[in-house]
Amino acid sequence: MTSVLYDAPGPRAKRRNVLLSVVFVALLALLVWWIWRTMDDKGQLKWSLWQPFTTSEAWTTYLLPGLGNTLKAAALAMVIALPLGAFFGISRMSDHRWVRVPAGVVVEFFRSIPVLLLMLFANEFYARSTNVTTEDRPLYAVVTGLVLYNASVLAEIVRAGILALPKGQTEAAYAIGLRKGQTMTSILLPQAVTAMLPAIVSQLVVIVKDTALGGVMIGYTELLNARSTFAANYADVIQSFIGVAVIFVVVNFLLTSFASWLERRLRRSKRSTGTVLGVENVDDINAGEVGGAPAAEGGKTAI
Amino acid sequence: MTVKLTVLSAVGSLVWGTLLAGMRVSPVPLMRGFGTAYVNIVRNIPLTVIIVFNSLGLADIFGVTLGASDFKVQGFRLAVLGFIAYTSAFVCEAVRSGVNTVPLGQAEAARAIGLSFSQTLRLVVLPQAFRSVIGPLANVLIALTKNTTVAAAIGVAEAAYLMKTMIENEAQTLLIGAVFAFGFVVLTLPTGLIFGWLSKRLAVKR
Repeated sequence: MTSVLYDAPGPRAKRRNVLLSVVFVALLALLVWWIWRTMDDKGQLKWSLWQPFTTSEAWTTYLLPGLGNTLKAAALAMVIALPLGAFFGISRMSDHRWVRVPAGVVVEFFRSIPVLLLMLFANEFYARSTNVTTEDRPLYAVVTGLVLYNASVLAEIVRAGILALPKGQTEAAYAIGLRKGQTMTSILLPQAVTAMLPAIVSQLVVIVKDTALGGVMIGYTELLNARSTFAANYADVIQSFIGVAVIFVVVNFLLTSFASWLERRLRRSKRSTGTVLGVENVDDINAGEVGGAPAAEGGKTAI
Repeated sequence: MTVKLTVLSAVGSLVWGTLLAGMRVSPVPLMRGFGTAYVNIVRNIPLTVIIVFNSLGLADIFGVTLGASDFKVQGFRLAVLGFIAYTSAFVCEAVRSGVNTVPLGQAEAARAIGLSFSQTLRLVVLPQAFRSVIGPLANVLIALTKNTTVAAAIGVAEAAYLMKTMIENEAQTLLIGAVFAFGFVVLTLPTGLIFGWLSKRLAVKR
């Protein structure tokens, strides 16, 4: 697709490309060498600092429980947020104004507030107004923050999924005499859910990344928080960061690949209407497209 | 503070993100590889990890202070650096998708009149691409505004940090929470509306 920007390289262009490659490699090598030397200067390359990653104790005591907690918070948030999101998404499309407007206000409000503020607020709220124990409070606060935000994002995903279905589906349902509720539950939702699957999976990536906020700000013992005890124990700050970053990249990369595999599979299958809510749509919904339904415009990517 | 963080990071990531996008569509395979790797890695690391690493790793161990003598200024600059590194990956993806929306004929015509790759990109494709990605870029900006709260993790006195200290010291939890929440709604809503209007106005008519 992008190759339209340049011709197939001839002899001169090939030489120039090679030259550019060499220059680029040299620059990269210079950067790598500089990082390497700085690390060496500060004694960060010593094997003893990297060695903890090879011991089983480091994994079983710090990293795996941390990863477990990260995934636990993410899974809990997803499970609670899904029905809430479906509820708000469907209410927002209601024919009654007194249902539609409040649902819209709630969704837009929570979508425009940073998750971190929601978490901090939930933490303080639980501390003052409920008797949740101190050990449980961080988990509660993290999950509450994530649920409030992601329920509103999922509401938009559900709405976009239903709106993306061909209009004929609703019309056919009405034509055979189904009521509005029946149309929704037996015609639209089943199709929309399949169409939304890739979008929901890629929303999980966002949730997993956001759990890290809870680790730093309200002391939930997830992966990033486990990192600091790990680093304190082995005195390897840099190495612990690199290790944690690699774990996050692997987990999220697996999720993203799964999402795009699902998307391809759904696009191929002949039994559906071929409506799929892709990975790109999620990114737009997350950023908060103000007003207007996030229509299925492909090829957009944001945060 | 939130606004200052947002503006500086937005400008920085726009420049770096566009450069990355240029690399990702360039004829040199190695640059394409680097661009792709950068985007895929950075996008999958939580922003919090990047920001905290900048503070604990870069500053404390390597002594990168970015020319700041005062701890607060240093935290601010490190935070901006982190936001630029993270956000530019998303800017890159937005710009690249914009490049893909420019009709084939445009690039073909540019090549036909003998423009080189960089000329094609600079004079013909990018100006059109930018106008079509104003919407997605606005989304990146809104997300960035919300993301600046993460800087509280390294003690930059922006909205989330202030809210945390206020909420712990004052009695009216609900009121303070509502005020800060409202502040963000006020910041993000107009951004979306203005950019939505701009993207309609500047859209390339075809």
